[in-house]
Amino acid sequence: MTAPIAGTTAPLLDVRDLAKHFARRAPLFGRAPGPVRAVDGVSFHIMPGETLGLVGESGCGKTTTGRAVLRLIEPTSGSVRFDGRDVLALRAGELRQLRRRMQIVFQDPFSSLNPRMTIGAIVREGLTIHRLAEGDAADRRVRQLLEEVGLRPEYASRYPHEFSGGQRQRVGIARALSVEPSFIVCDEPVSALDVSVQAQVVNLLQDLQRDRGLAYLFIAHDLAVIEHIADRVAVMYLGHIVETATARDLYREPLMPYTQALLSAVPVPDPTASRDRIILQGDVPSPSAPPSGCVFHPRCQHPGKDAACTRIVPPLEEKAPGHLVACIKQTPTAVSWAQQQDAGATHPPERYVPVAALHTRSRGLASP
Amino acid sequence: MPTDGPRRRAGPGWKQLTPGARAACGVIVLFVLAAVFAPLLTRYQPWQQLDVVRLKSLPPSLAHPFGTDRFSRDVYTRVLYGARVSLAIGALAVLLSSSVGTLYGAVAGYAGGVVDTVMMRIIDTFLSVPRVLLLIAVLALWSPVPLAGLILLIGLTGWFDIARIVRAQAMALRDREFVVAARSLGARPSAIVWRHVLPNVLAPVIVAGMLAVGNVIVLEAGLSFLGIGVREPTASWGTMFQDAANQFVSSWWAVIFPGVAIVATVLALNTLGDALRDLLDPRQLPAHPGSEFQEPAHG
Amino acid sequence: MAEPLLAIENLRTYFHTAGGVARAVDGLSLTVAPGETVGVVGESGCGKSVTALSILRLIGAPGRIESGSRILFQGRDLLSLDGRAMRAVRGNRIAMIFQEPMTALNPVFTVGDQVAEVARIHAGASRAEAWKRAVEMLDRVGIPAAGERAREYPHQLSGGMRQRVMIAMALMMQPDLLIADEPTTALDVTIQAQILELLAELQRQFGMSVLLITHDFGVIAETASRVVVMYGGEAVEQAPVRELFAHPHHPYTQGLLAAMPRLGASRERLQTIPGTVPAPTDWPAGCRFRDRCAFAWERCEREHPALHQLSADHASRCHLAVEPERRVAHPPAAPAEIA
Repeated sequence: MTAPIAGTTAPLLDVRDLAKHFARRAPLFGRAPGPVRAVDGVSFHIMPGETLGLVGESGCGKTTTGRAVLRLIEPTSGSVRFDGRDVLALRAGELRQLRRRMQIVFQDPFSSLNPRMTIGAIVREGLTIHRLAEGDAADRRVRQLLEEVGLRPEYASRYPHEFSGGQRQRVGIARALSVEPSFIVCDEPVSALDVSVQAQVVNLLQDLQRDRGLAYLFIAHDLAVIEHIADRVAVMYLGHIVETATARDLYREPLMPYTQALLSAVPVPDPTASRDRIILQGDVPSPSAPPSGCVFHPRCQHPGKDAACTRIVPPLEEKAPGHLVACIKQTPTAVSWAQQQDAGATHPPERYVPVAALHTRSRGLASP
Repeated sequence: MPTDGPRRRAGPGWKQLTPGARAACGVIVLFVLAAVFAPLLTRYQPWQQLDVVRLKSLPPSLAHPFGTDRFSRDVYTRVLYGARVSLAIGALAVLLSSSVGTLYGAVAGYAGGVVDTVMMRIIDTFLSVPRVLLLIAVLALWSPVPLAGLILLIGLTGWFDIARIVRAQAMALRDREFVVAARSLGARPSAIVWRHVLPNVLAPVIVAGMLAVGNVIVLEAGLSFLGIGVREPTASWGTMFQDAANQFVSSWWAVIFPGVAIVATVLALNTLGDALRDLLDPRQLPAHPGSEFQEPAHG
Repeated sequence: MAEPLLAIENLRTYFHTAGGVARAVDGLSLTVAPGETVGVVGESGCGKSVTALSILRLIGAPGRIESGSRILFQGRDLLSLDGRAMRAVRGNRIAMIFQEPMTALNPVFTVGDQVAEVARIHAGASRAEAWKRAVEMLDRVGIPAAGERAREYPHQLSGGMRQRVMIAMALMMQPDLLIADEPTTALDVTIQAQILELLAELQRQFGMSVLLITHDFGVIAETASRVVVMYGGEAVEQAPVRELFAHPHHPYTQGLLAAMPRLGASRERLQTIPGTVPAPTDWPAGCRFRDRCAFAWERCEREHPALHQLSADHASRCHLAVEPERRVAHPPAAPAEIA
């Protein structure tokens, strides 16, 4: 765990109302259905040297968000400012230059490396594109990078298929580092790895962050990994961020009912821990047909849930210092009772934090 | 001993070929060698009429293993030198069509959108004209056609299938993560096509190319048979047909031996092409030794 | 002690390939009692999935279950059964569910048909009768509006639903043993919770045994009563679940438990196990874990450890069981490779 770099106040990455809609074709008869709202108005910021965890289940839009921030997918609307510059307004040449500073590491170690290139060539590509080094100097740089991620420099002449998943992932990290970025989107970098290898790569990422002052947008679905590595966490559901807080606050006291259910669903590696958990009904809905109002309302277990939840789209509001939550039924809320009643509310908001959602030592968790 | 780093895995090699594929390889090599070393393997010239009065249309004998044709030329010699012509036409025409088709398909597939649509419609337009008829028409008008011209024509009418295949591959590759990675590094589209797309579409191109060589050889034989392909006195397997066609009953050897040569070559190319298809494609998938028996890493 | 439902004795499944013999499972023994849930845990390459397929004799060439292996189910050796007898066992007395429900279901048949087929094959039920039973089963596994959903195709259902369909298929004939190979790995965590709850409930209702294969210790802690840890094609530790988590003995088990990030734990650096899993074509001599073990000494290079009983129900395949004073950490003798 590293702290954000002290002394800086401007965010490195500032995302406002980012949205990505995928249009759907009209069927032969009838009108075109509405677009798939993969990302639907997402806002967050990342300070230099900080790790923001982005967590959610399949279909929540976290991968799309990660790629949209780098403009590997063109956002439909919203703004992305990197180091003060408007990323979405850049032309191709300027974007290419900016690409040096924002990089990405992928989930699948088997498809993220060109099977026809040696890993030396893979790591060198960035140096070539941006003319950072040529010939011998480039070779030296490649060897340095390989060593930095824990691989032997003589592997540079070998091909990806000769390596294991964890080693390939390291190559992907070396590739990202080759252009000296200050920000890396880590798109589920350890999800496809075994536990023991996962630990090695997580440690590596943390070491690199400390040594190079990198900021990470760490996308994952594994809550334990996120809690371990992130300074702050944003929880996504169906294209919306529904809760943002420091990692500590989020796991100590989750306020959004979805986060609560998510935390309680994680199987605890402790046979003596209580089994009391929140089981959500139904499936993770698909972004092609999101529910009205609060997108989580069909599965929500908050005791105050009522008709207002189907009509009002909850704003992301600060319910504790630095802790933003999108729920009109969780106190405190700026959506007044009168407004809620207009929308058909029958239960007033209340503070609801079930024990089943909390993972603390008091649950009898054995220490490793 | 600790595991010494990455483990080498034997790439596609001789061991993986079936006996049939190895035989096919052997046949092709045989023909190529025969073509290259033709002057060493026979003392006659292919155009040489030995003795029109006494040595014409002789059946196979020790002096003339494949007999002589109606111009008293040694058939065996003509088959050997004919191999040069037929194989050269096959190889060069396919080289041309593969190159054009691969580049065209890669650009169309990677670019996508309007560019792809336009490029594919152009191909559709060309495909609406049957290749053989087109060739016949052009060759009949442009006659006599030099060998280079023939190769050019055959090559330029045969790249459409490869283009389609490569385009499909390129479209699939566009979303592969290593291509997205190249974009994220800031690579230009041309660099991406050259470095990432082309090397990864080679496998189906090689396979299709092998099969195409066989097709071209047959095509050339047909065109020469009609009299508009290779011209006399150059010997190609096709022209030998043309010569001897109406003498099939009386001088079967003049037709059968070039025919067998064609069939053997095409069969060998097809067999090898099929074997390569099985060998090359699944290998693109991830594996390090033993992982075929292992569960995939978990997510 | 009652006779175990399933007793695997010295199972060896080897794959004879051009690149060498891969000893995917190399002398595994374990038992499952009636009504019990046994968890088999390990990482890639340890042989756990191959074990599951071996039990049902679903191993194809170039794989082979070597002679000397015995798989006793209700007293009969499954390896001695002929094709017909084995087919009568599969799907009927022993059923299996897989990790990827999309690939395990046939995309061109409705889910109702696929579930009903089980009854037609094993119970000789008529189409109508089998369909009725299938809908009942789909309802029992928690699929809402089962009658209508049964007419849908696999691609129309979500991952969680498909997994429920697979469970329905597996449980149609009320098997005595259910083998679950990573049943929730491909599912979202909230769906995983639903499926695990469903499996626990159905196990209670049917009184069946479960052999649960997974890499996730959390799932093991929640569902298993006994645990077998596999590494290098063999069992390296076996214990009741509480005992395993409270007092792991084998250094590999300890390493895995320490390497997992846990909710609520301190945020120090994760402990790692250096090195990588060796290839199954090339198990090291002596102890297979020695290159990655902090405690290894020369005996570990020389002598392959037997499975020592530490107590009545806790066994560990480690020389530390007989020489516990050697449990002093030191860097491995030869520099280990980074994973």
